[in-house]
Amino acid sequence: MCGTCGCGSENNGPTILKPGEHIHAHNEHQHEHSHGEHSHSHQEEHHHHDGHTHSHDHNHKHKVLEIEQDILQNNQVLAARNRGYFEAKNIFALNMVSSPGSGKTSILERTLTHLKDEVSFYVIEGDQQTLNDANRIDAINIPVIQINTGKGCHLESDMVYDAVKRLNIKDNSILMIENVGNLVCPSMFDLGESKRVVIISTTEGEDKPIKYPDMFYTSDICIINKIDLLPYVNIDIQKLKNYALQVNPNLQFFEISATTGEGMDEWYKWLKSPS
Amino acid sequence: MHELSIAIGIVKIAEDETAKAKAKQVTKIELEIGVLSGIELESLNFVWESAVKNTVLEFAKKEIDIIKGIGKCLDCDTEFEMKYVYDTCPKCKSNFKGILKGKELRVKAIEVI
Repeated sequence: MCGTCGCGSENNGPTILKPGEHIHAHNEHQHEHSHGEHSHSHQEEHHHHDGHTHSHDHNHKHKVLEIEQDILQNNQVLAARNRGYFEAKNIFALNMVSSPGSGKTSILERTLTHLKDEVSFYVIEGDQQTLNDANRIDAINIPVIQINTGKGCHLESDMVYDAVKRLNIKDNSILMIENVGNLVCPSMFDLGESKRVVIISTTEGEDKPIKYPDMFYTSDICIINKIDLLPYVNIDIQKLKNYALQVNPNLQFFEISATTGEGMDEWYKWLKSPS
Repeated sequence: MHELSIAIGIVKIAEDETAKAKAKQVTKIELEIGVLSGIELESLNFVWESAVKNTVLEFAKKEIDIIKGIGKCLDCDTEFEMKYVYDTCPKCKSNFKGILKGKELRVKAIEVI
């Protein structure tokens, strides 16, 4: 089993591809060492433990090791490394999180199309499978790289680290990292981003922030998308905001429609000089 | 199911520490998990067996110390127990609080042979 992405087998590990690339060429992903190391010595240990259950009064020496180590430490160390790189190059990195279908890619498409002459953008797309999202970004001529997590349900900092190395990002740019569509798992994994942006759409129900509080708790910005659908859906935006503020009183909101462009100007303004 | 990643993170720590100590096997592992850490204990228990299979943790007894959530209101300084990250101050109803305890996600100790 893969130590980093939690995938079920080696073939399902994360792959990092640019549009047009083929999967075979980049199969040697980093985590494969750990697969190997995990599996070797254990055959012997099986023998060791045959009949182990009854007593310990023979010569086995038990030793207690006080470790006190944070389980997410590996992810945090690499996230800090990403963050240092971004700061040194003045790259403003956004980690975009939401449930599937809230409009992350559509928001990116509209934003990039509108601002690409003023701002230098780069995109990392995270999905379990397919290059579809990367192809959408590639179609508007923005440098993009796709991470396919396989069975993994979220991006981790080492995947972003590898993707960033291949993107060759220029100084003073904005890097948009579109996480795997999932409102639970990505919340625990710092990627080294400057700001975390959670997106919720008006079709989702106003109590989502308290149903999935961790994601709202760890985000800085909350985009409410699909406001063009407000006449047709039964949602109270104020109530949604109140729930979100109950989880995280520091959240800053943008109400937009990536389809009609309504409300996007505020978001563009913030992107150009975040406050 | 990020609990699988967490379980595999625990395995990695146990493997490293066991190798460092030149030991062979872990007999007991103590974890500290806060109620606000974002981990579902049921899910962790569910994935545990497959995550530890063929590792030094395969036969280890797992002990989990569940740490209660404690928050401190930033407006009126009241300390209160938190079950969810969105719990408000019971005294003044403010949403602004610092979480003092409950976010822990740690391997506290392992016992090796």
